[in-house]
Amino acid sequence: MRRESLKDPIRERRQFVWRAVVAALIVFALYAGVLSRLVDLQVLQHARYAGMAHDNRVHIVALPPPRGLIYDRHGVLLAENVPSYSLDVTPEQVPDMDATLQALKKVVALSDDDIRRFKSEVRGKWPFKSITLRFNLTPEEVARFAVQRYRFPGVDIEARLRRYYPFGGVMVDAVGYVGRIDLKELKSVDAQNYEGTSHFGKTGIERYYESRLHGKVGYDQIEVNAKGRQIRVLSHHPPVPGEDLVLSLDAGLQQATVNAMKGREGAAVAIDPRNGGVLALVSSPSYDPNWFVDGISSARYKSLRNNSRRPLFNRALAGQYPPGSTIKPFMALAGLQNGIVTPDQQVYAGPYWQIPGDPAQRKYRDWKYGGHGLTDVAKAITESADTYFYQLAFHLGIDKMHSFLTQFRLGQPTDIDTMGSRSGLLPSPQWKRRTRGHVWYPGNTVVAGIGQGFMLTTPLQLASATATLSMRGEGFRPRLLRAARDPLSGAIAAAPSTALAPVKLRSSAYWNSVITGMTQVTQKRDGTAWRVFQGFPYVVGGKTGTAQVTSQRYSDEADESKIPYKLRDNGLFIAFAPADHPLIAVAVVVEHGGGGSRSAAPVAREMIDYYLAHNTLRKKGRLVLKANVPHDLHLQLTQSPSGGVAARPQVNTHGTH
Amino acid sequence: MARIDLPGAAAGPGRLLRWLHFDGVLLLAVLTLIGLGLAILYSAAGENVAMVSRQGMRLMIALGVMALVAQVPAHQLRRLTPWLYLGGLLLLVLVLVMGEVGKGAQRWLDLGVVRFQPSEVMKLAVPMAVAWFFAERPLPPRGRDLLLAGLIVALPAALIAKEPDLGTALLVAMAGFFVIFLSGVRYRLLAILFGLGLAALPVLWHFMHGYQRDRVLTFLNPERDPLGTGYHIIQSMIAVGSGGIYGKGWLNGTQAQLDFLPERSTDFIFSVFGEEFGLLGAGVLLALYVFIVLRGLHIALKAQDTYARLLAGSLSLTFSVYVFVNVGMVIGLLPVVGVPLPLVSYGGTSMVTLLAAFGMLMSIHSHRRLVAH
Repeated sequence: MRRESLKDPIRERRQFVWRAVVAALIVFALYAGVLSRLVDLQVLQHARYAGMAHDNRVHIVALPPPRGLIYDRHGVLLAENVPSYSLDVTPEQVPDMDATLQALKKVVALSDDDIRRFKSEVRGKWPFKSITLRFNLTPEEVARFAVQRYRFPGVDIEARLRRYYPFGGVMVDAVGYVGRIDLKELKSVDAQNYEGTSHFGKTGIERYYESRLHGKVGYDQIEVNAKGRQIRVLSHHPPVPGEDLVLSLDAGLQQATVNAMKGREGAAVAIDPRNGGVLALVSSPSYDPNWFVDGISSARYKSLRNNSRRPLFNRALAGQYPPGSTIKPFMALAGLQNGIVTPDQQVYAGPYWQIPGDPAQRKYRDWKYGGHGLTDVAKAITESADTYFYQLAFHLGIDKMHSFLTQFRLGQPTDIDTMGSRSGLLPSPQWKRRTRGHVWYPGNTVVAGIGQGFMLTTPLQLASATATLSMRGEGFRPRLLRAARDPLSGAIAAAPSTALAPVKLRSSAYWNSVITGMTQVTQKRDGTAWRVFQGFPYVVGGKTGTAQVTSQRYSDEADESKIPYKLRDNGLFIAFAPADHPLIAVAVVVEHGGGGSRSAAPVAREMIDYYLAHNTLRKKGRLVLKANVPHDLHLQLTQSPSGGVAARPQVNTHGTH
Repeated sequence: MARIDLPGAAAGPGRLLRWLHFDGVLLLAVLTLIGLGLAILYSAAGENVAMVSRQGMRLMIALGVMALVAQVPAHQLRRLTPWLYLGGLLLLVLVLVMGEVGKGAQRWLDLGVVRFQPSEVMKLAVPMAVAWFFAERPLPPRGRDLLLAGLIVALPAALIAKEPDLGTALLVAMAGFFVIFLSGVRYRLLAILFGLGLAALPVLWHFMHGYQRDRVLTFLNPERDPLGTGYHIIQSMIAVGSGGIYGKGWLNGTQAQLDFLPERSTDFIFSVFGEEFGLLGAGVLLALYVFIVLRGLHIALKAQDTYARLLAGSLSLTFSVYVFVNVGMVIGLLPVVGVPLPLVSYGGTSMVTLLAAFGMLMSIHSHRRLVAH
């Protein structure tokens, strides 16, 4: 510090006085600003604000956005919004709630469920927010209430959009459904954006794409009188509708599949091998999703849940079945790739096979009395020679089997754009030790060779693996979404397909011999599905499977009808067509259907037949897909006669504009 | 009552007040304000006696702290200042390291018996520290001195902003800034500082949390968020506006009594006041606040050394800003920030700090003859 700049108390004080005066002036100015604002609010605009306050004022009413619609690949509506009327109550304006509810019971049908749910909702909300007491009033109820409305202050009829699934149970396993939003779901989203939204995707596409289907909330600033009745709209801010989703699903194929299943328990999945698009996803038996939209009655829900045929269980995604002989083509590829067999090598496949040096001399039998004789890979697949695959699996060993099959994404969670798929199981010695506490026996490997034992797959996994096989290792992530339509611009954006890491083999001859074997399944007299595909116009590659559901041996029983239903074998079939340039790959499981050729293969045949007949043309002897690209889709969507897009019902919740 | 302050008026209460080192004028104004506050709280809380008595208890404790602080002469305060400041800094660091997280921000320090916010200490310690720093230096400050003073302010402000508690950080920084302003720093330098502040706004925006940005955006356009923060503002303006000139009368505010007004016993208590007592009541309340600020500035002018003068001035101006920020928010002039209305809003956190500051003002005023002679 320089000595000459000494403190000068007199000067400092004078300086301070000036600054204090300036500060005081600024304070005065600020407070004068506040005061003038108060004068503005309390004197000049007093009448306006007093009006707002007195007449019970300005309400903000949230306008829930119309939920995006869901279409199939051809523009057929799978989930739409239909106008419906509901009875809404504003608790604050009801003088005596219990008396009102009693009186309302005489005007509209009110169940105890309705009243219980309503009362629990009243407790959690602000008293000036309206709560729905009953959804989906009939026209008679609307009329009856309208003439008696004066008796019920605080009770109103509201028009809203209700989700409707025109196909009922046919699409539910893929599309899913919406239901009343619950607290947990509300907490998982931006509560403000869901102000006024009463429903939320519970399963399937509705759940997975909830955020895209929902849209953005809008609101009206409305003026209401002391009784809560609306006087006028002060300002209107429309909501932004959710995106319309176009699925890769083919509604006709889906329907044909459901028909072919004939209500039997099981599942069927069809995939476009060229891009992973899911063409059909069926679990049977099913249920009507429309029951769930406004809250299913507890009696009906109980009967669905306790039904021994388990209609609520989505077998296509979560049903885990032993693949049985449908695993053989993949097992053959594993053997070829690991040098256990060569394509032309003839192996003796007799009536039974024993592990070399097994002191117990256990016989692993073939399904065919007398066996198959000398057999190469293609023949082993065509005739489903068990003894061929026992040997192959034994020499391959469980570790190589496990790592090869993993490449087809068996035994892993399936990455698909819907909820609830399960991972199945590819067993390994480590897995067995961890979960069962036992060591792995060679016999475990042998039965794994024909898809029995511990191995489990879902129908979705089987279909996806078959698609990858049919494309000679080129796989795609299975997906339901094909394109989405922007609600504002109307532009349709295709959802890209995602290629998975391809399965690479040492020689393309390996693919040839396995695909040849699968083609002969349907083309050759010795093929296990020859009878089913006799005279079929398309060349199909397939593989039957019959999987035991119990270790008890009933297969020797000649008359299947004598076996208890629950212990009968599951029938399976995987297929792709046309064999040389596949456009569709399917997997079908029929629970307790007996042999795969009799139960599952006919379903696959119906599916392939429908899809190829309705979607392809023959050009120079080769099947090609009809033009079916997004711009074509756009045309169909805007012209949809069911009023889907262009004539989307504009529901005006307040009836003023 | 104004007689009390006159020297030589040896009336009973006057002597008692002087013996207690209280400033009668300031005390009277503060007590009037507190009385009005309790009355409006009773209304805002829906005639809830328990809430009012809880607030009364807090006020008693805070008044006790004020009385204690008033006993400490200014030169003692000055000696304690660096320790208070450094201790406060240490606590701020501790809070960042091990503080409790409440509402997404680390602000509290749990001392076993009591939990408290070190940032509250800084509201007093920062202006004290800057005043202490300037007390021995030639004023107006320039160059290195000014830079160091800026550092004394910026360091704790940055720590508080990191908690994150941007509002308090700004208030603390402002308390320090007022000392610099009152020290007579050149207006040209102030203008440069102001320019720098403006330039820093985008940087500040970058560091803001989502909810903070929301509040600013909502302030710029209340219609933007009519279901959330905008709802508060709209309802608050309706309450104040509908109060008119004379108000709807105590306990008769429809907006407040019918639950339309959110946060009505804490941050938005001014709108209850405006609704029930009208422009006249609000004017009286504002006048009372202005009176207290002016009394504070008066005490500063009368103070006999630089430290006391700067400190008293800064405390008074900071108080005026608290009021302005709260009222400005309630009537839609400023964005929604969590600043309570001093001495009126329900809650005890800031009450102690506030009344401790009044204790300092009283001490500065009542001890000055001792220092002068």
